[in-house]
Amino acid sequence: MIHQAKATRGSSFLHEVIEHTPGGERIIHCLQCGSCGGSCPNGADMQYTPRAIFALINADEREKVLTSNTMWCCVSCYFCTTRCPQKIPITDIMYSLKRLAIRDGLAKETDAPALAKTFTDLLDRYGRSFELGLASRYYLFNKPLALLRMGPLGLSMFTRGRMSLIPKKIKKVDQLQAIITKARQLGGRS
Amino acid sequence: MKYAYYPGCSLEVNSAAYDISVRAVAAHLSMELAEIDDWNCCGATEYFSQDELTACAVIARNLALVDPKLNQLIAPCAACYLNLKKTDKLMGDNAEMGELVNQCLAAGGLKYDPGRVWVRHLLDVIHDDIGEEKIRAKVVRPLTGLRVAPYYGCQVVRPITEGDNTEYPMKMDKLFTWLGAEVVDYPVKAHCCGGHMTQISEPQAFELIRRLLQSAAEYEADMILCMCPMCQLNLDAYQGRVNGFFKTNFKVPIIFFTQMLGVAFGLEPAKLGFGKEIVAARPVLEAKLGSAATA
Repeated sequence: MIHQAKATRGSSFLHEVIEHTPGGERIIHCLQCGSCGGSCPNGADMQYTPRAIFALINADEREKVLTSNTMWCCVSCYFCTTRCPQKIPITDIMYSLKRLAIRDGLAKETDAPALAKTFTDLLDRYGRSFELGLASRYYLFNKPLALLRMGPLGLSMFTRGRMSLIPKKIKKVDQLQAIITKARQLGGRS
Repeated sequence: MKYAYYPGCSLEVNSAAYDISVRAVAAHLSMELAEIDDWNCCGATEYFSQDELTACAVIARNLALVDPKLNQLIAPCAACYLNLKKTDKLMGDNAEMGELVNQCLAAGGLKYDPGRVWVRHLLDVIHDDIGEEKIRAKVVRPLTGLRVAPYYGCQVVRPITEGDNTEYPMKMDKLFTWLGAEVVDYPVKAHCCGGHMTQISEPQAFELIRRLLQSAAEYEADMILCMCPMCQLNLDAYQGRVNGFFKTNFKVPIIFFTQMLGVAFGLEPAKLGFGKEIVAARPVLEAKLGSAATA
C-alpha cells in the first residue's frame, strides 16, 4: 500500500514483498552474488541466506520463506544492506518478512515475535520501555527455566542501579496512544 | 551551541553511566543539551518487526516534540539514533509515508516536517564540529599508555553514515588518539554485538559477543569503548555468562567512550558513572593511569 510496486513481472509474493518495503523494488536487481549471506553475522544459522530467500520469493515460495528462520536470525546490523552491490535494502526486506510472518501466524521456532510484542505492549502502555517488566513477562511465558539463569545477572544489574523496579510513564501517554490508534486504523498492524 | 537531546530508555536506567557522562562531557565542551520534553521510547527494532507505520508514528512523535527553535538533535543510543534518522528519511523520501505519519501525529495534535531536524550522534558532533584542536586543548589527563579498543557497533555507522566508513569507521579512533591513548586497530570494531539476540537465542548471541571480546583480548586492549547502550550491556553484563558458555576467562571492562573522554578532561570519575559497569574498570585505570584517575 505504502510502497508502490514497480515491477511489472514476477511472482505475486515478489509484488507483496515490494509493496511492504521502502525501496523494495530493488529486489528485482538481485544478482545472486551472495554478498549478503557472506556478510551476515548469523548467516551460518539461517535456513536460507538472503540471496536464497530472494530466489524463493521470485519463485513464489511464500510459505517456505515465511516459515523459515532467516529473518529471525537478522539483528539489523545492516552489513548486507551496505555491502549489496545492487543497493537492495535487505535489512528492510527482513523487517517486511517478519511483519508478514507475524501477521499470517507463520513465525516458527523463534521467540522473537513474543519478545517484540511484549516490548511494544509496554511501550503502548507507558510510553517508555520497562526492562524488568519486559524480562519477567517474556521469560515467564516463553522461557520459564531461563529465568533462573537470568537471576544473578538481574541482581548484579540491580545492585549497580541499572535496573528499575517500577515503570516510568510519560506525561501525555493518552496523546501517544491516540497516535498509535490512528496508525493502526490507517493500515498498520491488523 | 544548543542541541535538542533524546536520551532514550536505556540511558535512563540500565546505561545511566552513558547519560551521566554525555551530560558531563557536553557541559565541559560548552554544548547545551535540551532534553525533549515528554519523549517516548523509539521502539528499538521491535516495532519495525511488527508494524511499519506505527513504528514511524511512535518515533515521529519525538521529532515533532523537538523545540521549534532547535534544528539539531543528539541521540547517544545507536538504536534511537537510527530510528529517528530513518523515520525522518522515510517521511522525506516517500511523500505518501510522510503524509500518513502526519495523519497519525495529527491525532495527537502534532505535526512534523521531514528534514526539519538533523539527527546526530554525539561522536559525530565531537569529531566534526568541535574537532581536534579544541579537544586536544581540553586534555588535562592524557590517556597515555592505555590501550583502548573503539567499538562502533552497527547502527550509528550503518546504513546511514555521516561521513565515516561503514565498515572501517575511524572517528572514535582519531578522537582517542587526540586524548593520548594507544588505539587498538582490531578487525571487528564495527561488527554486531548480537542486539536483542541475547533474549531470543543465547548460543547465537554469545558467539557474537565472544568474537568481539576475543579479538579485543588478542590485540591486548585494556578496555572496549562503546557508543551504544545495547553493545555495552551485551559485552559487559553477559561477559560472565559468555565465559561460562565457552570456558573462557575474558575480563575486559566495557566503558562508554564519553566516560573516558571525561577522564581525559580531568572530570571526576565518580561524576562520570564509573562503578556501574559489571566488569570493573578501576583496576586497569589505576594500573595504567595511576590512582588519581579513579579518585
